[in-house]
Amino acid sequence: MQYLTSEEARSLELKANDIRQSIIEMLTEAGSGHTAGPLGMADVFTLLYFGILKHDPKNPDWEERDRVVLSNGHICPLLYATLAHAGYFEVEELLTLRKLGSRLQGHPHRGALPGIETSSGPLGSGLSQAVGMALAERIDNPYSSKFFYCLTGDGELNEGQIWEALMLAGKENLSNLIMIVDRNGIQIDGYTKDIMPLEPLTEKFESFNFDVQEVDGHSMRALNDAIGKAQAVYSQPSVIIAHTIASKGVDVFERDFRWHGNPPGKGPEDRVPKGEQAKVALEKLRTLAGTIEAQDS
Amino acid sequence: MFANHLQSNLSSGEVEKVPTRNGYGEGLLEAGKRDERVVALCCDLTESTRTEQFAKEFPERFIQVGIAEQNMASVGSGMAAMGKIPFIASYAMFSPGRNWEQIRTTIAYNNSNVKIIGAHAGVSVGPDGATHQAIEDMAIMRVVPNMIVIAAADVHEARKATLAAAKHEGPVYLRFGRSATPVVTTPDSPFEIGKAQRMYSRDESLENKVGIVVTGSLLYNALMAAEELQKQGIGTSVLHMPTIKPLDTVALEKFAEEHGALVTVEEHQIAGGLAGAVSEYLSEVRPTKIARIGVHDSFGESGEPDELITHFGMDVDSIVKAGKKLIK
Repeated sequence: MQYLTSEEARSLELKANDIRQSIIEMLTEAGSGHTAGPLGMADVFTLLYFGILKHDPKNPDWEERDRVVLSNGHICPLLYATLAHAGYFEVEELLTLRKLGSRLQGHPHRGALPGIETSSGPLGSGLSQAVGMALAERIDNPYSSKFFYCLTGDGELNEGQIWEALMLAGKENLSNLIMIVDRNGIQIDGYTKDIMPLEPLTEKFESFNFDVQEVDGHSMRALNDAIGKAQAVYSQPSVIIAHTIASKGVDVFERDFRWHGNPPGKGPEDRVPKGEQAKVALEKLRTLAGTIEAQDS
Repeated sequence: MFANHLQSNLSSGEVEKVPTRNGYGEGLLEAGKRDERVVALCCDLTESTRTEQFAKEFPERFIQVGIAEQNMASVGSGMAAMGKIPFIASYAMFSPGRNWEQIRTTIAYNNSNVKIIGAHAGVSVGPDGATHQAIEDMAIMRVVPNMIVIAAADVHEARKATLAAAKHEGPVYLRFGRSATPVVTTPDSPFEIGKAQRMYSRDESLENKVGIVVTGSLLYNALMAAEELQKQGIGTSVLHMPTIKPLDTVALEKFAEEHGALVTVEEHQIAGGLAGAVSEYLSEVRPTKIARIGVHDSFGESGEPDELITHFGMDVDSIVKAGKKLIK
């Protein structure tokens, strides 16, 4: 979007809240899966699918669509919920997540469900695939207006393959590539600064010939501006470091790495008992939805 | 006797020798001319994998990835997602050796139309030694769903296999060697993915008989062993299986039925490759006594290619001995 009016921003925030509620419901029903990442990246996904992307939910294979490569496949409850709310398939199907025979595999499988551009889960390989797509597009159409978005975690940046892909993207000046890093500061075993420090991250990306922006990953306007700027960069690939809060939207889950890989009902109990976790999360989100207002007018 | 489409000088001891990877270079260039969707990727081994000619002819369709095999596999997957037919080349030790998971998940699980070129496979890599001698590659590729696995016998077959891989929709692993390999087939010899070929037929007047099943670079040794066994009074046939996945089970079962006992021959570990595929299938449908020629659970080492083939028991004499032992 060129510019987000405050009403548009409000509408996107409400949509993100709906998607967060779906995430809680599907994870609770599945009884396993990841909570922190999907809740944390819900604003980024909502903006992409409801504000940025060229795509057609009724024609998911439309050749001219932008491509979204989800590299950290474990946050797929968010991808599935966003696709369903965007109209790729019925929202009811979300409750089949992780069940035998479901199109909603525990990690995404290309071809299983409309809108899934690649299978992912083993970390670090999505950026390479987005680079491959961007390279292929440039061979066919150097003046293409398609963008290739790759979403990664921050813990995922521990993987060596990421840096192989960054080198190639930088060498090839892939200006149609936009990487978005979920900088929530946590990974399974703890805080990223303790497990494997990444800073100075901006300088690292810059040294690989990337245009780098750091942005509040929960501000629709800031994200929208950053993606717009990234699209306008014409001589190098872009990365947006989206500073997010793990489990954003459910304050009693927020920032706690123990919510990385657990669903409501199986998370840490020191703030909410297991049996109450899903109910409390939904209540928190519904209350939050009631407070979302246009930021100015 | 030799199949009539083979080279006519096979018994002369003066066969021409050419590396199979040369056939890849020719086939890739030809595939690139036939289909503009063909692209080539390489990890800093452009000359030795014979990707060079393609890169010169189609620089805009060649991606130099640098020494980064994991990245190459997934970049290939991404290009295939956009409709390209990527050929990704390195040494088999590094691709599929180092990047197996990327091949499994981003190529095979996606059913991506990527062709994986494992050059310098086998101990015949020679002086570089065990670190560079891939003798596990067919095993790790054969267990991956959607994957086709082909080991080319010589330069002509390598060229045909490359062209066939370009036409096949889906992932293919092609295995080539470094050293010069006897040219056994001709440009007219048949090649089809998934089809075995009878390359030598036994003298039916001989009462004792044995069948040799071979894949890849040792086809010539298998044929020479068959000649020798026949001289020694054992009717011997050679079934060449360039495709070890999917296995030509119809031809294999018929061959086992006809000969009763088999020798498998491959420049690979005896576990998981051709011997594995043949034993697994026959043990279900027609339990057959099998002697396995290949590397027996050890690493390779430095040496000249022919020395190593003999050292690891894959030479003509070793095949002959294995055949004779089956008859006793």
